[in-house]
Amino acid sequence: MALLSKKDTNLILDPLADNNPITIQVLGICSALAITAELNASLVMAISVMFVLGAGNVVISLMRNIIPSKIRIIVQLIVVATLVIIVDQVLKAFAYELSKTLAVFVGLIITNCIIMGRFEAFALANGPWRSFLDGIGNSLGYGIILIIVGFFRELLGSGTLFGIPVFGDPIAKTGLYSTGYENNGFMIIPPAALIVVGIIIWVQRSRNPALVEEN
Amino acid sequence: MLEHVELFFKSIFIDNMVFAVFLGMCSYLAVSKKVATAVGLGAAVIFVLAVTVPLNWLLDKYLLQDGALVWLGPEYADYNLSFLSFILFIATIATMVQLVEIVVEKFSPSLYNSLGIFLPLIAVNCAILGGSLFMQAREIETLGLAFNYGVSSGIGWFLAILAIAAIREKIRYSNVPAPLRGLGITFIITGLMGIGFQSFGGMLTGGDDAAEEANEQVNQIVEPKVIAPKEDIVEKNKEIDEEVISYNDVNK
Repeated sequence: MALLSKKDTNLILDPLADNNPITIQVLGICSALAITAELNASLVMAISVMFVLGAGNVVISLMRNIIPSKIRIIVQLIVVATLVIIVDQVLKAFAYELSKTLAVFVGLIITNCIIMGRFEAFALANGPWRSFLDGIGNSLGYGIILIIVGFFRELLGSGTLFGIPVFGDPIAKTGLYSTGYENNGFMIIPPAALIVVGIIIWVQRSRNPALVEEN
Repeated sequence: MLEHVELFFKSIFIDNMVFAVFLGMCSYLAVSKKVATAVGLGAAVIFVLAVTVPLNWLLDKYLLQDGALVWLGPEYADYNLSFLSFILFIATIATMVQLVEIVVEKFSPSLYNSLGIFLPLIAVNCAILGGSLFMQAREIETLGLAFNYGVSSGIGWFLAILAIAAIREKIRYSNVPAPLRGLGITFIITGLMGIGFQSFGGMLTGGDDAAEEANEQVNQIVEPKVIAPKEDIVEKNKEIDEEVISYNDVNK
């Protein structure tokens, strides 16, 4: 018997494209937009969410039969808040500069709708192993969008990837800059993230017409 | 008084919750199909922010900050509980939302009917937690300013959701390319509105930052040109005098 049955594999693969948390389910957009000006921050955010969602889904799934349904929101918030505090403290200890860049957005993982959405929709009704896979799948889908947006914003906006110059030196006019190319400052400002995500949605829905919404 | 006015306009227009920091985007996108529902949710957000931000300010000031526990006695001065802020803030928000819901239901059924369904949604709205976290990060000084910050960022959020709901009601009659319909076009419109809101950036500085920087540079260039101190001039004059005298002496 394989480690993952076909159904389990779908739990991981579906959210990557056709059931993507950001572009299809419209969850977790706040943080996806605010921190994607640099690829580094996007990657760390994606990993943090993966940890919180994977672990949180397992915890909630284990407790699903003992949580009274009336106070489940508060219980869920406490579980997420605890996990986010762990992430925040780890970031502060090992990547202080990055934790300054992310600032309040690490704390805002708590109210990231993906997390509450998956707890409500999946972990409360399924066993721990399947919930874990669902958490990993959804955070991968979230991470992919973050990394795509971060890639384009950093490449076109500052001409770097992970802080390493790709196109040459914009001040000394070497590499691509010698041909008259300029960095697009527009990509650095926050609203550009919305437009990049809008374009990703456009591309995705043109490729798969079944996803097109009614007006 | 002036700082209140400044903070008020700054949080509504310059640091707008939606267009500058993207908080509360989930409910912003999900509940903006009709103007009437958008107004209900917006009003609830203003209300909850106005309650939770000052409350969390008190928590931060007297419990969480570095050395905040000093009012218990001098031996508590070294405690720094700020790592607990996430869990306490979110617990406060969740309880306050629940409490507000119960109180409103009891005393004003008509208000409950218009706000009620949105209140549970609000506990997990990032704009609410974001309001408290930004209040902490920006080190807002007094309780009054914290209340002001809560109300004005709520109003900023209200304006944003009202605007997008009105646009979405109209855009239903437009011929949007099929793959962009619904979510896609909403994202792009929000992006364009965000760029529009960026133009408020110079509202309180009285001009854009570039002009200020240019001024600073000019000042820096001017500074070294300060006229040499008097003593130097006196000494130089003496030197010149001596030279003239010695020249005269030689010529004699």
